[in-house]
Amino acid sequence: MNALTLPTRKAEEWRYSDLDALATIWPAPAPTRIDVAAGASARHHLLQDAADGAAAVHDYAITLADGARCDFHVLNIGGKLGRVTFTVTLGSNAHFELNGAIIGGGDQTLEIVTSVTHAQPDSTSGQTIRSILGQHATGSYLGSINVARDAQRTDAFQSVKAMLLDRTATANAKPELEIYADDVKCAHGATVGELDKAALFYMASRGMDPATAKTLLLKAFVAGVFDDVADEAVKGSLEAAALAKLETLV
Amino acid sequence: MLTIENLTNEIDGKAILKGLSLSINAGEIHAIMGPNGAGKSTLAYTLGGRPNYEVTGGTASFDGVNLFSLDPHERAAAGLFLGFQYPVEIPGVSNLQFLRESLNSQKRARGEKELNGGEFIRLAKEKAALLGLDMDMLKRPVNVGFSGGEKKRAEMVQMGILDPKLAILDETDSGLDIDALKVVGAGINAIMRKPDKAVLLITHYQRLLDYVKPDFVHVLAGGRIVKSGGPELALDLEREGYAEVLGAEVVTA
Repeated sequence: MNALTLPTRKAEEWRYSDLDALATIWPAPAPTRIDVAAGASARHHLLQDAADGAAAVHDYAITLADGARCDFHVLNIGGKLGRVTFTVTLGSNAHFELNGAIIGGGDQTLEIVTSVTHAQPDSTSGQTIRSILGQHATGSYLGSINVARDAQRTDAFQSVKAMLLDRTATANAKPELEIYADDVKCAHGATVGELDKAALFYMASRGMDPATAKTLLLKAFVAGVFDDVADEAVKGSLEAAALAKLETLV
Repeated sequence: MLTIENLTNEIDGKAILKGLSLSINAGEIHAIMGPNGAGKSTLAYTLGGRPNYEVTGGTASFDGVNLFSLDPHERAAAGLFLGFQYPVEIPGVSNLQFLRESLNSQKRARGEKELNGGEFIRLAKEKAALLGLDMDMLKRPVNVGFSGGEKKRAEMVQMGILDPKLAILDETDSGLDIDALKVVGAGINAIMRKPDKAVLLITHYQRLLDYVKPDFVHVLAGGRIVKSGGPELALDLEREGYAEVLGAEVVTA
């Protein structure tokens, strides 16, 4: 991912990206390595809130030893290009959980790209991504799950939902499964929708002004993404940043 | 309080209301009855300002203000409440949050002081008790998982909290058993039967009118009010049917 030549859109994982913005910071910094030892658990979070017009790429290479667990929460809202990638390898009985929200407006391109490899038997992973996109923003989730031949009883899911606030915004969702074992459960669902017009009229009929009504519906849409952040201060900062970003879009 | 003159409208290019006139004064309860497809719900939605319910002619004046110049949320802030035949479910938004934001939005629009959390909870408790609705129901998402009867009770709790001048209640009686009907009827009376308030009840059946006694009954057919009278008109309709009272040609017009 960090070869010295600038990637092109021909590469699947860069297909929806903003390569002009990427060029301003290329080559991207080396990936952050997270190794979770056998039986240990780790919690991480990232608030990607780069300045307007900037490009930010955060790559994570995460290795989970047998019986390890990693919970990652990400809020991707800043910059012209904001790209967060996860390359995850799981040992047996390991668990990886990613909860992420993308909230974009203007001409932002915001991406979450994951490649999760279940290398050994009995490991599990869950990925829940909620995107809210307005104006000319593009939000993408590209997620591949790879199950090795010996990784029996793998249980993995991807739940991806996007909400478009304007017809000019774009959501891409591309779950991808590559499975070489035969006793495996992999579930994935992706939806793209708009704000519920019936709900908006119901709220207006009770006197709620449109901005308040939209914000409330959008908060409900992303609610849950940061519910199980253990550190209350971190949770508060993620939720506050998400809400502040939402309020710029309605 | 509300004066509608010669109102016509269209939904997706199809004319529904075809010259409807109606006048409601403070202190009055009016009932509108009518056969299926007459335009009863369309009247309610048009007055509430539902998108795609396009007004093509006529006027509606609410306390001297042109109703159609106001957005739906401004109509609510001006004192209009629309009771829905099919209350909308809003997953992830609790009733309490929904109502507090609604009430405070109205108060902001009117330049009044907003209620704080404690004041609002006290108000919600009082109105929920009036309708026999458990406070726990109000902590749940708006209408999600509510039975038909619970939704209608919750609507009346909303009305109690928002305290409108004029309530337009679209088939609030549908989906209610007799006991629930009594509770809802008593709630409407307690909240709205006051000299400075008015109600427009839209209903298919006379039975709600046993509990909420109307001062006037109108029959809506073919997009117009075709007959008006006192409470006895509802009884005539219930006994003899629309075709008999109005003439078959009026009903199918």
